[in-house]
Amino acid sequence: MTHEKMILAIITTNAENVAGGAPIFVCRTKEEMEQIATNLEAILDGIAHELSDGLFVIVKH
Amino acid sequence: MNEYTFPILYGVAVGVLTRLYLLRTDYRQYPTYLHGRTIHIALGAIAAGLGTIAVPAIMEKEFAAITFLALAASQFRDVRNMERNTLNELDQYELVPRGKTYIEGIAIVFEGRNYLVIFVSFFSTLFYLMWNVWAALVVSVIGIMVARRFMSGSRLKDIADVKYVKPHFEGAGLYVDNIYIMNIGLPARREEILRYGMGFILTPKNFNARTTIANLGQRQAILHDVSTALGIYRDSGTPALVPLAKRDLNDGRVGVFILPQVKDVEKAKAVIENVPVLESAIRMPAKRRWKRRGGGSDDA
Repeated sequence: MTHEKMILAIITTNAENVAGGAPIFVCRTKEEMEQIATNLEAILDGIAHELSDGLFVIVKH
Repeated sequence: MNEYTFPILYGVAVGVLTRLYLLRTDYRQYPTYLHGRTIHIALGAIAAGLGTIAVPAIMEKEFAAITFLALAASQFRDVRNMERNTLNELDQYELVPRGKTYIEGIAIVFEGRNYLVIFVSFFSTLFYLMWNVWAALVVSVIGIMVARRFMSGSRLKDIADVKYVKPHFEGAGLYVDNIYIMNIGLPARREEILRYGMGFILTPKNFNARTTIANLGQRQAILHDVSTALGIYRDSGTPALVPLAKRDLNDGRVGVFILPQVKDVEKAKAVIENVPVLESAIRMPAKRRWKRRGGGSDDA
């Protein structure tokens, strides 16, 4: 089975809001979160999308 | 040497000239290379030969020779396949792909132009043999002009108005005017996009145009042409930096977001206005003749 789009990673400052199958990176500060999202975006060839304040997902398109 | 030698040579020469005239490397950058050109000039010469030979064949009552034209048709259908395959292969390595609709359009054009060459050669030789070389010259010039008219379809500016709009962010959402393009999470990316990005709004001029510019292939063609002409701020592995065209569902306007290397509004506008309207994207819902309820017309 192939996926057209999928969430490769979740980066958040609020661990209570997230759960599920994708790797979750819990960060302490917003800066740290953006740093990790930038790196993951480059590594995974995905796009970092901001779902809400303090919640990023990396999506492969 | 016989009575047909000069007419045939003339017909072939005119045919090849027509093909050369139609085979220009323009901003679409295709075919750029010597070998690509050689293939098309050779095929043009074959097409010219076929068109030319048909005339003496009829005059000599050799009607079986006309069946060669059928052979020619299948030959040139292969040209279309060849172009389609080549471009499809190349498309995988484009930073902004042409898209299948554009490729199909180019392939159709390559096939169609060979038939135009056949027509021009045919009529040139016919007039040479029926009257004289001067009549043939006149017909050739008219033929080449007609071929040129056939060749150039309409442009985007004929069906839509293009207006520059600076893209902006609302939260993480990137907008061109009020059309949502995509969600960009990282602040660094947003800055890049605001620095390099340009937005254009295409307003369709009528209902038919609305459907045509909604076509995904047509939109991809716009993005490809702009990216070819003005460069693209993008690399592999940066999927966030991607030019996109999205539609306003309410009124059919299309918001085009591009990341050109040369940030020149007037140039970009001119390029977008000159994007060809793809044959396969043209829809004419307003042309349909509505059947009256209970009417006897049976065009379903």
